[in-house]
Amino acid sequence: MPSHTFTVNGKSVTVDAPDDLPLLWALRDLLGIRGPKYGCGIDVCKACTSHLDGEAFNPCVLPVSEAAGREVTTIEGLADGDRLHPVQEAWLEQDVAQCGYCQPGQIMAAVALLKRTKNPTDADIDAIANVCRCGTYFRIREAIKSAAERMA
Amino acid sequence: MTRHARRRFLTYLVAAPALAVATKFGVDVYAPGSADAAIPTPPAPADLVDLGDLLILAGKPTADMLVLSVDEDGGVDFRLPREEVGQGLTTAVAMLVAEELDTPLDRVRVHLEDARPELLFNQLTGSSNSVRSLYDPVRRTAAAARARMVAAAARQWGLKASELTVRAGVVIAPDGRTASYGSLTAAAATLDLGSLTVTPKNESEHTLVGTPTSRIDARALVTGAHPYTLDLDVPGAKPCMVRRPPTINGTVKSVGNEAAVRAMPGVLDVVVIDSGVAVVAETFGQALDGKNALEVTWGGGTVDTLSDSDIRARLKAATPSLDLLGALVKKVDTEFDFAFASHAPLETNSAVADVRADRAEIWSGLKSPIVAQAAIAQAVGLPVSKVKVHVMQSGGSFGRRLFYDAALEAAVVSRKSGRPVRLMWSRIDDMRHGRMRPATHHRIRATYAAGQVLTFQHQVAAVETDFRHGLGDAVTAAAAGLPTGLGNATFAQTLFLNTVKSPYNFGVTTQTLTEVPLKMHTGSWRSVYSANTRGAEEIVVDELAARLGKDPVEFRRSFLKTERQRAVLDRAAKEGDWGRGLPDGWAQGIGFHEEYKSCTACLVEIDATDPKKPRVTRAVIVADVGRVINPRGLEAQLLGGLTDAISTTLRAGLHIDKGLPLEGSYSQFHYARQKDAPKDVKIHVLEGAGEPGGAGELGVPAAVGAVANAYARATGTRPRSFPVNFDVDFTPFPR
Repeated sequence: MPSHTFTVNGKSVTVDAPDDLPLLWALRDLLGIRGPKYGCGIDVCKACTSHLDGEAFNPCVLPVSEAAGREVTTIEGLADGDRLHPVQEAWLEQDVAQCGYCQPGQIMAAVALLKRTKNPTDADIDAIANVCRCGTYFRIREAIKSAAERMA
Repeated sequence: MTRHARRRFLTYLVAAPALAVATKFGVDVYAPGSADAAIPTPPAPADLVDLGDLLILAGKPTADMLVLSVDEDGGVDFRLPREEVGQGLTTAVAMLVAEELDTPLDRVRVHLEDARPELLFNQLTGSSNSVRSLYDPVRRTAAAARARMVAAAARQWGLKASELTVRAGVVIAPDGRTASYGSLTAAAATLDLGSLTVTPKNESEHTLVGTPTSRIDARALVTGAHPYTLDLDVPGAKPCMVRRPPTINGTVKSVGNEAAVRAMPGVLDVVVIDSGVAVVAETFGQALDGKNALEVTWGGGTVDTLSDSDIRARLKAATPSLDLLGALVKKVDTEFDFAFASHAPLETNSAVADVRADRAEIWSGLKSPIVAQAAIAQAVGLPVSKVKVHVMQSGGSFGRRLFYDAALEAAVVSRKSGRPVRLMWSRIDDMRHGRMRPATHHRIRATYAAGQVLTFQHQVAAVETDFRHGLGDAVTAAAAGLPTGLGNATFAQTLFLNTVKSPYNFGVTTQTLTEVPLKMHTGSWRSVYSANTRGAEEIVVDELAARLGKDPVEFRRSFLKTERQRAVLDRAAKEGDWGRGLPDGWAQGIGFHEEYKSCTACLVEIDATDPKKPRVTRAVIVADVGRVINPRGLEAQLLGGLTDAISTTLRAGLHIDKGLPLEGSYSQFHYARQKDAPKDVKIHVLEGAGEPGGAGELGVPAAVGAVANAYARATGTRPRSFPVNFDVDFTPFPR
């Protein structure tokens, strides 16, 4: 069984897994990191959105072998200890989550967007394709705008 | 865990049912706004006793069997016999407990109760009934706990209970002495108070209930710390997925390459079950590979020859004809079709099961856990008392988790494989073999003369909705499951009659349901019959207004039955700036709905410049749900209902093709994304009094009407088939 070494949330990890095992399952089933959620497995719902070298990506379609030597950040790695990331704070302020299942992915997508653009437009926010089946989109939009202000 | 178990002092409370409720029903409540304005419609069954009333009545004997405990740190644990799926119920209940106990909200923990068969009808989550049915019992229980704390302090100090006050979980004597709940709980638990009679606070004294409050679990949800079913670490539980047939309810005839699949990396077991072939593996990725590699010979399913066109034809044929009318009678005559819709909760069907020779333990998101427990016990050959069923807070439901499909499968696989399993449905399977809102056909006729609506007739035909979860208990579930579906059909009629009603004085009004029993996986979908039925009626209301030369809001005003309804409509028209100028291709639309003792109006604006890519740009929602526990949570539910309506009215549905839905993911079932959602949403909750009404499903039907009406005005069309844009714009996944 091939071995793959990469960084998750600041820690170096090594997993033994077939090269083509989607990273999502290496994270969830082999490393016990369960913030990223399965929703479709084909990069459509985006529930597993995390960061690879600081950019949003979907571990459900990235073979674990391609993570080797790279830096993965999941929702668990976003807060600084007990201090939440401003985007998480904005999510609390707007009371965004309903069932919450998509929200780790939504938050990671928003963090990546705010990294690229300090003041995202409505069109920038529209481009986030993460599905929220509870339909919280308006609160997500408000939370992203609030987070942009917090981070200014 | 063990530390808390040792230090927790249980106060098992059966509070005296102190409240007697007398409700006035009568035609006078439904009198039209002005005596000569409209022809009154007598109350429909749902006006007099709605489904929620029936559920509350059924649950009454066990309503007070609630468990609340206070530990030595003053922490309060409340075991909630309902499911949390994102509707914010645990927060609302924690608020009620904190309010009555006079303790801070963050000291209250709400746990979802395991299946408790003795609760009978009182462990079903549905029909927007949780807050309605729990409001009094939860308050009585918490008030009884508070009374015990105060009595314990009074005894300790030799004072009268009436002399003491409570602030933030601390009992205070007139001389300034204090005792925390934590210090009193041991004494309070064993105190002999005889038959303690308590009365919850007067609602005017509420300081927390009624104020906008954030979810108690919000932090866990935004940090990824909240454990959903498959995030649990049950020792030894291995990932499992099921290969399912190419058509609904297809059967397994044989597996051709079992040995080859067993030899694949990580694969631990291959097990044939009723619904398909399960593969157990070290990771879900490997279980998925294994199930995809299986070569299975399948037997036929139950609807193999049926496609959408056949089902529509059957529904149409089943819809009763309307009354014969003379040629001179002026009328609006319409027919509508609504497609099947997936519940599509983001967390697919999932369960963890550990079944041993002498006992079983199950974890899953379950809205009728007692029924699940009974079914699992039967399937694995154990007495119900040996099957422990844990209810997990889960990733959405919209009706889906009334059924326990994954829990039953996981239990069977665990028994057959001899190991604990974590079973997950793939998204494709969840959409194709999961449950759906049945397709419906509607025939509506309204007659009018001299500015009045004389009759309003609505015949609904629907593919049978599966209600075999009963009222959440084993007995009614068994009744619904009676042979030939008769039991289920009775349930359907009861549910239809006790939920569907018209808020308007349209003279003689009839609404009927005819079901077409097809063996498909159906189930109640948020607002059950009302989304389509009342949605279609709201479209006809707009068309009636046009025929009578009236503005849609003004027309509704003059035909609504009560002042309460008109106040909601008026506020929506005002806040939404009804009638304001918009560019070509844009329009406003309005819809109204009343159900669950609540009412709501929804006003939307749509940009349908490109009729194939409409976008609702703005929405104003007003609701009166009576007593509001948490306005913030209520607004969230109305927002969700709006998004559901935008989705299912404009783009989201399932095509059935030769016995299977074509759609297999969100790239094909077009539930709204951010780009489809309005950028401006304002929700106004009117200050209500009395008992709380239902709210979880309330938002959908009014918003369906509003979106459809806005689309019709913006495009100058009369949509009759929903969703309006419903092309097969994708390549279906292989079967």
